[in-house]
Amino acid sequence: MFRFLSKSNNTIRKLSSKSFHPTLYASSSPHHCKSKISTIHPQIASPISSNAFDPSGSSSKPSDSRYPTGSPNGSPFFRALDRNSSFSGPQMAVNRFFSSGYLLNCKNLRNGKGNRRGFLRVGSFVGESRAFSSEPDRESMEYDVVIVGAGPSGLSAAIRLKQMCRAKDVDFSVCVVEKGAEVGAHILSGNVFEPRALDELLPEWKQEEAPINVPVSSDKFWLLTKDRAFSLPSPFDNKGNYIISLSQLVRWLGGKAEELGVEIYPGFAASEILYDANHKVIGIGTNDMGIAKDGSKKENFQRGVELRGRVTLLAEGCRGSLSEKVLRDYNLREKAQAQHQTYALGIKEVWEIDEGKHKTGTVLHTLGWPLDHKTYGGSFLYHMNDRQVSIGLVVALNYHNPFLNPYEEFQKLKHHPAIKPLLEGGTVLQYGARTLNEGGFQSIPYPVFPGGAIIGCSAGFLNVPKIKGTHTAMKSGMLAAEAAFDVLHEGSSMEKYWDGLRNSWIWEELHKARNYRPAFEYGLVPGLALSALEHYVLKGRSPLTLKHGKPDHEATDVAQLHSPIQYPKPDGIVSFDVPTSLYRSNTNHDHDQPSHLHLRDPQIPERVNLPDFAGPESRYCPARVYEYVPDEKGELRLQINAQNCLHCKACDIKDPKQNIEWTVPEGGGGPGYSAM
Amino acid sequence: MKIMVAIKRVVDYAVKIRVKSDKSGVETSNVKMSMNPFCEIGLEEALRIKESGLASEVIAVSMGPSQCVDTLRTGLAMGADRAIHVEASATLYPLSVAKLLKALVDVEKPGLLILGKQAIDDDCNQTGQMVAGLLNWPQGTFASKVVLDKEKEVATVEREVDGGLETLCLDLPAVITTDLRLNQPRYATLPNIMKAKSKVIKKFTPQELNVDIKSDLEVQGVIVSSVDELIDKLKNEAHVI
Repeated sequence: MFRFLSKSNNTIRKLSSKSFHPTLYASSSPHHCKSKISTIHPQIASPISSNAFDPSGSSSKPSDSRYPTGSPNGSPFFRALDRNSSFSGPQMAVNRFFSSGYLLNCKNLRNGKGNRRGFLRVGSFVGESRAFSSEPDRESMEYDVVIVGAGPSGLSAAIRLKQMCRAKDVDFSVCVVEKGAEVGAHILSGNVFEPRALDELLPEWKQEEAPINVPVSSDKFWLLTKDRAFSLPSPFDNKGNYIISLSQLVRWLGGKAEELGVEIYPGFAASEILYDANHKVIGIGTNDMGIAKDGSKKENFQRGVELRGRVTLLAEGCRGSLSEKVLRDYNLREKAQAQHQTYALGIKEVWEIDEGKHKTGTVLHTLGWPLDHKTYGGSFLYHMNDRQVSIGLVVALNYHNPFLNPYEEFQKLKHHPAIKPLLEGGTVLQYGARTLNEGGFQSIPYPVFPGGAIIGCSAGFLNVPKIKGTHTAMKSGMLAAEAAFDVLHEGSSMEKYWDGLRNSWIWEELHKARNYRPAFEYGLVPGLALSALEHYVLKGRSPLTLKHGKPDHEATDVAQLHSPIQYPKPDGIVSFDVPTSLYRSNTNHDHDQPSHLHLRDPQIPERVNLPDFAGPESRYCPARVYEYVPDEKGELRLQINAQNCLHCKACDIKDPKQNIEWTVPEGGGGPGYSAM
Repeated sequence: MKIMVAIKRVVDYAVKIRVKSDKSGVETSNVKMSMNPFCEIGLEEALRIKESGLASEVIAVSMGPSQCVDTLRTGLAMGADRAIHVEASATLYPLSVAKLLKALVDVEKPGLLILGKQAIDDDCNQTGQMVAGLLNWPQGTFASKVVLDKEKEVATVEREVDGGLETLCLDLPAVITTDLRLNQPRYATLPNIMKAKSKVIKKFTPQELNVDIKSDLEVQGVIVSSVDELIDKLKNEAHVI
């Protein structure tokens, strides 16, 4: 075996001056070596045929996957014929004869981290390094497209891909991984739905019984003060839109996707990006399960799995953990000269109220109280069917006062004399919270990276003045799917997705809406005035583009400049304490696992957050994950109750020193939204 | 030896239960369902026995509406070799389930029948005991430890009872119901879930098994409005006091 190895070794050396790690092939099977030798030969045609149609049968499963070097060009055939990377082609070619994901029981694949430590040195040989590790190596599954996140954008991309496959009579395997216990479990949104993208994706949605049944019947807009509500002309035009539960719609989309042959795996969290030797994304790895709080392996320890895709689409929603890494890694914001992203935290409850007070189809938005003039945000109240009502408060995360507690502000809101009577006598069905993008047009990053793209709210296509992001997220998923299909089918580049975005109605819509949110940097009244100007006079044709202010985490003032806010106690009828609300979110994580909230510097909470900012994380977290409790010496220490986490990502965004890193816990945990 | 494991599809343990607005039952639509935790423990035990070489096959069985297939697929993904689904849309009470299990046992002839001690939706804690009675098999309920001796065809079961721990020796074939501390169920891995999607699940109907699933329970009578009315009725109409 080693004779073969040295042969290949030398051949490879001729092609590249970089050194070759001798252990690379040490553990490979004899067949494996054989195929490697044949692939080194510059003549491509014969290796392809010998690999693909080997009559011996056992070689029908190539034990390694090889991806073309560098460029996003998907086709192995063309790749192989130019440059020295001749041996990358044929392996790829064989893989592509299998359209559905199949298992690779490869004992020697490692993720990108190993690559970057310098194990794999052969420049043009595109493969995985095989470092000897004491841990059992992961199984690897191959797909044509791997999508992270079964939300509106991820599922729209999956459905669109399969539709195009049917149209062109080919088949590409599509896998969607979802960290929630079921599809829709982590989906939370207002939601007044604009069916524009769904009409394009599944025009028969009405006949196919999509859970879209409540058309908007009235659109109200109030400016609240502590005791009064002033009706203002509604800036929204919701004619033709529907009030829905996005969680239910996503579940329906999941069903549609599965009908078309998409493989959806809920309960699996994508925790790392896999890279090849050329720093191209080749897939994701799910996290290991069954690790105890102290890091040891429990009896049901299960190693994660690698899901490799020729194209990887990240559809994790706002502030996606992997998406953020990729954005930083490839400098995607700088590439598009985009500003930083700005965010808001939305806290929502679904109520069941008295029949007499319920009016299906009513849409209400409010501005003003309980938030002050320097804090952007507002509330929403939508009447769905079955006597259910969605009510929530959205608070922009660039608020200045570190004593602000968005959850308590929401409880205050419900006591407003115009809102409280509606809710009295009703019961809360569900509670939840999630951050959303407010950066709009100015913050859209370059969404294509080598090996894939970012879609949906992970990139940030929410139309802030409309407060709708579902339709643009779905459309971005569809555009990415179309580009990915061409990558797989014709060997074009994922850049087509960027072109597609800029030529689509997403771009036009977000461009028109770009100045509304930044106008509020100047305060509530100037913001309203400028927005009115934009809306009624300029009609989106403004020559200027206003910029965002400081990033959200930098906008927090020190605690000295403000005084603590006294929030009223919950009354148990209309307002509630956090544990009660949390119970209604059905959130749970296995308690015996390491905390998924990492402190980059464990000393900063007590050294900076607490003294300078009065521990804001204990206030903005809608799940009471962060608490400062006195220890044995009586000093306040940060306690992280990771089990409560609602996966909203507010801490990742708002921590003043960006010290808190939200990583993904074991799959299957987190909230259990069914009607949010 | 074959092991048959009965599993039930119930409302997930982390979900907040709500009563339907018409008070006719618990809200189960749009609510996450999963395998009963005790059934998971039972399946895990069966898989461990098989992995130790003492059994040849693990068969997962479930009764209920068509969505039970999802739970069975999870069972297959955990490692069960085969799955059987008895399709029944009506509510199944423990005695009906026990009768169906008896019929399946007559078909498959397993050496061991493992169930969870109770389901977390009805907390009946009856099916295991009933099926043991119908089959006339020995039963070891609330098992916290199970040791099989294949040669002597005996299962030693440590049970958690009110007074502490009780150890029983059961001749096989036997019925065992699992308690919480028996084991920690394994996770179903992604590759196994994928493989389980294509496995065939055998379907039966109660009619095919010659089992009458009509419940023997019937609630009859009148709801009275006050204690006085109750006393009056008992005294004057029923003549019992």
